[in-house]
Amino acid sequence: MDSQSSEQFDAIIVGGGLAGLAAAYTLASAGLEVLLLERGDYCGAKNVTGGRMYVSPIRELFPDLWKKAPLERYIAHEEVCIMDEERSITVRYDGSELNEEPFQSYSILRGKFDKWLAKQAERKGAMLITKSKVDELIIENGKVMGVIAGGDELRANVVIACDGVLSFIAQKAGLSRPAAAKNFAVGFKEIIEIDRSILENRFNLEGDEGAARLFMGDVTAGKFGGGFLYTNKESISLGIVVGIDALTQEAPEIRAPELLDKFKQRPEIARLIKDGVTAEYSAHVIPEGGLKSMGKLYGDGILVAGDAAGFSMNIGVTVRGMEYAMASGYYAAQAVIKAKEKNDFSQASLAAYETLLNDSFVLKDFKNFKESLEVLEYPQLFTHYPKLAGNIMKDLYSVPAGSKPRLFPTIKKYMSIGEMWGMVQVGRRMMKI
Amino acid sequence: MGYGAGWQEDDEDMSSIMGLKAKLGLDVFKEDKEFHIKIKEGKEKDTRLRKAILVCPAGLYSENENGEVIISVDGCLECGTCLLACGPEVLEWNYPSGGAGVQFRFG
Repeated sequence: MDSQSSEQFDAIIVGGGLAGLAAAYTLASAGLEVLLLERGDYCGAKNVTGGRMYVSPIRELFPDLWKKAPLERYIAHEEVCIMDEERSITVRYDGSELNEEPFQSYSILRGKFDKWLAKQAERKGAMLITKSKVDELIIENGKVMGVIAGGDELRANVVIACDGVLSFIAQKAGLSRPAAAKNFAVGFKEIIEIDRSILENRFNLEGDEGAARLFMGDVTAGKFGGGFLYTNKESISLGIVVGIDALTQEAPEIRAPELLDKFKQRPEIARLIKDGVTAEYSAHVIPEGGLKSMGKLYGDGILVAGDAAGFSMNIGVTVRGMEYAMASGYYAAQAVIKAKEKNDFSQASLAAYETLLNDSFVLKDFKNFKESLEVLEYPQLFTHYPKLAGNIMKDLYSVPAGSKPRLFPTIKKYMSIGEMWGMVQVGRRMMKI
Repeated sequence: MGYGAGWQEDDEDMSSIMGLKAKLGLDVFKEDKEFHIKIKEGKEKDTRLRKAILVCPAGLYSENENGEVIISVDGCLECGTCLLACGPEVLEWNYPSGGAGVQFRFG
């Protein structure tokens, strides 16, 4: 590449994760000249997921993609497990409705999926350059005109910032708000390879069925967050997500990686990963601030999509991000296609992006669930209630050496006026979700 | 290509850290020209930096005998948790150069 490339692209996309690749694929499909810059050795090299993508809301946006997409397993078995120190209570949801096509969610590995999606985008005509980190934006008269990567000046009508959760590009464009730790969680996980037939037997999986399990309570030492387990074709994704502020501000003081070691040592988990071999350890930050912490999504000559825009959401049993990334990349591309028709890449013209997002599931979801982080960030949910539930289960199930007391008074003793009042308060909080 | 530079075994919390080092040894890392995270000069004893010791999933931060927080950037998973926890006032934080740093195979 010349140090001063004379070529003017329709769009330069910073970052080849799901938002960037979805944008590149969509733009190239419409015949636009698009350049995507990815700092990793390949697309997916810097990306991490807990493990599950909900395909339902984005299936129609990319009708040709799904048939051959390298997804791992469709999730047919859902579990939530409340963990106290020496016991756990599990709720399981499965049955024929989760086995009906089209399946709503799949376990996924980004190393495979993003690499594949990059190939599809290239096939449509997008130009991809890997091992290329964008250092600066070219801003002239308040308008973004391109990027500087490795000393090269690259110019485009629009830059789409898909550079991930830390959102450095949007910051350079003056779009994002200063990042506050309370709006972010950190996830870290192991990929544990395991013989396919052992995996399927252990998790009761037929064919391409997969299992998703979430864990709360003692798994994060009572801190805001939880554990997760997803089955892939021949491996398990096992990890922890925990609020960054919760790690530094809430007792007990514990180092993040120790949470995962302790989690793995729990008997409930140890038997699930037995004979498995860890193949990779990864970590990633997750934006959880929702609508309230979102910055501006567009400016003169620039759009922001994916994690960089804060499009990720935790509403308890469903933790989502990748489908918002792909959808926002798609709508960013649509806005650029419209802007190109008018040959107007100003802020006013690119505002179409936000309109498209407002009319789609993306911002509708973020509005619907704008209270969910504050509701869930309630310490008692991760400490008091897991213990209470455990105590009740223990009393219900235990048969002592002597006579067993009546059940109703046994349960009633946990239900003091104060306790019930507390539950009403929790109920009121939950009603905001 | 695994991590080959040889880990410094200098932490008191040996057993869990050894496990962590072994885990990081499974990842593919490519060397960078310079350290992409630096503790800002004069901030080594800043209390904000202590948070990094707790939050770093790769356990790269520790405290030396002088009460200063130090970082060993090899093994960095590039998550950015330390930057968010401690803030840009105490950390100079960049992604590694293009093609350098961790390259996840599974992710």
